[in-house]
Amino acid sequence: MTPEEKKNLRVTACRVRQGIIEGTFRAKSGHPGGSLSAADVITYLYFSRMRVDPSDPDRADRDRFVLSKGHAAPALYSVLAQRGFFPVEELKTLRHIGSRLQGHPNMNLTPGVDMSTGSLGQGVSAAAGMALGAKLKGLDSRVYTLLGDGEIQEGQVWEAMMFSAHYKLDNLVVLVDNNGLQIDGAVSDVMSPYPIDEKLAAFGLFVQTVDGHDFDELERAFDRAEAEKGRPSAIVLKTVKGRGVSYMENQVGWHGKAPNEEEYHQAMDELAEALAREEVR
Amino acid sequence: MAGTNKIATRESYGNALVELAAEHDDIIVLDADLAGATKTGIFRKAYPDRHFNCGIAEADLIDVSAGLSTMGFVPFCSTFAMFAAGRAFEQVRNTLGYPHLNVKVCATHGGISVGEDGASHQCCEDFALMRSIPGMVVLCPSDDIEARAAVKAAYEYSGPVYIRFGRSAVPVIHDSSYAGFTIGKAEMLREGSDAALIATGLMTAEALAAADMLEARGIHARVINVCSIKPLDEEIVLAAAGECGRIVTCEEHSVIGGLGDAVCALVSERCPVPVRRVGVNDVFGHSGPAANLLREFGLSAENIAKTAMELIQGN
Repeated sequence: MTPEEKKNLRVTACRVRQGIIEGTFRAKSGHPGGSLSAADVITYLYFSRMRVDPSDPDRADRDRFVLSKGHAAPALYSVLAQRGFFPVEELKTLRHIGSRLQGHPNMNLTPGVDMSTGSLGQGVSAAAGMALGAKLKGLDSRVYTLLGDGEIQEGQVWEAMMFSAHYKLDNLVVLVDNNGLQIDGAVSDVMSPYPIDEKLAAFGLFVQTVDGHDFDELERAFDRAEAEKGRPSAIVLKTVKGRGVSYMENQVGWHGKAPNEEEYHQAMDELAEALAREEVR
Repeated sequence: MAGTNKIATRESYGNALVELAAEHDDIIVLDADLAGATKTGIFRKAYPDRHFNCGIAEADLIDVSAGLSTMGFVPFCSTFAMFAAGRAFEQVRNTLGYPHLNVKVCATHGGISVGEDGASHQCCEDFALMRSIPGMVVLCPSDDIEARAAVKAAYEYSGPVYIRFGRSAVPVIHDSSYAGFTIGKAEMLREGSDAALIATGLMTAEALAAADMLEARGIHARVINVCSIKPLDEEIVLAAAGECGRIVTCEEHSVIGGLGDAVCALVSERCPVPVRRVGVNDVFGHSGPAANLLREFGLSAENIAKTAMELIQGN
């Protein structure tokens, strides 16, 4: 990754965060915390990693992304808009009647969304089906799926891990957004999923743990995952819930709450400042 | 029409898959450690590279199928009705039904005729569960010939389909004159205008036998076979209501939420006539030979005929 590419990613990620705040503020609901923790990795995927074509969102040989933690839809929508799948202006319609941007992703409504999700625990299975399908079709498409660290409390996640390892789906990368918080509190207090990395490894995945906000680390981990043959990969992303908005960072209360007018302006001011900093870097 | 040949519709399913796969290379079959029982094992033997076992993981089975369908395959996924419609209901609802994906959920061992395994495996709620999902097609074939036709129709239809097959061998009631199966269409197997017996699955053969019993008493019963529980053939049901004036529904399913309820909802709104529902009366089953259980729970020609007589006599 060149310094220019990295700068562009950081700038884009700032714009993505602005879209998350804009959407959830206008919707007066939604999930900003987990959207902000996932913003960097989804930005990285769509701008630096995945073979996608906004002018032909359904092309057969594209790479796929399944947002298993479907409540982070504002992050996915914001990235897709920045990537050109639909106008950025449309982010303001999030969760509104008649909008293509449903509260949780709908593959039939939103260009670029590869799987309808929202009910937790189902995305890895769907992604595994896609990865198996790509292999059967002889496609070199790769499939990525992003889970919450609370989400992996769902038993089906582990059914899918077994399936993926059993069928040697080395075109599948499972990402865990380990921001440490879920609705009722710290994941370690509610129902500890730890040690996440050892569990994934025991299920037969090749596991790496990286800083989920560091594009250099992400690049290295995804390169390494792609080189791994004969088994699926997992990347545990150490992240900060609410990342990029000072008063939301590491605050469990910002899991599923929209900013009010004052909070909205503060968040947008902070993100504008961050964007200005990144642009002159 | 009736013959003496008997075959379980799960067997028909396995055979139909092999026939279909010879013509269509987009068919993929998935199972959850029951390939021997669901008869997808017949397909696995013929096409080992297109059969995938998910292990005992029905939620995963449904959603892996969803993912495969988005890659252009037509997945047929199988387990027992209890686990497909019951355990994995939410996966079917959210990840097949909501996105309207082209997956065929082919559930075997529906109803009480599962027999000795007992109540934990006797699914009498699958029609109710699957009917409640918007856009879901729900089929329950009555015999070998209809079962194979239903599998073919499900393949040709684009969207999610649930098909219930049975464990026990049932009489083949169709013959070479069979006109074929269309989703949303039912068939009149016997003319009559004193009462209409509207049946599905293995109860269709019982309804035909009940019509014979009624005939002996001078009552001409119409028999309608409904493979397509949803969408229901409204035309044939409303015609039966209007022309026969009374209906007995017959199903190996709870009286709550199945064919009987679907018929009641339709006729009460569009052509109100008395209806009696022969089905499992909101109770759990238990272990025993299938034939004994069917008799015990009133899923028999005798009980259908008795119910029709009571209806005619105004009791």
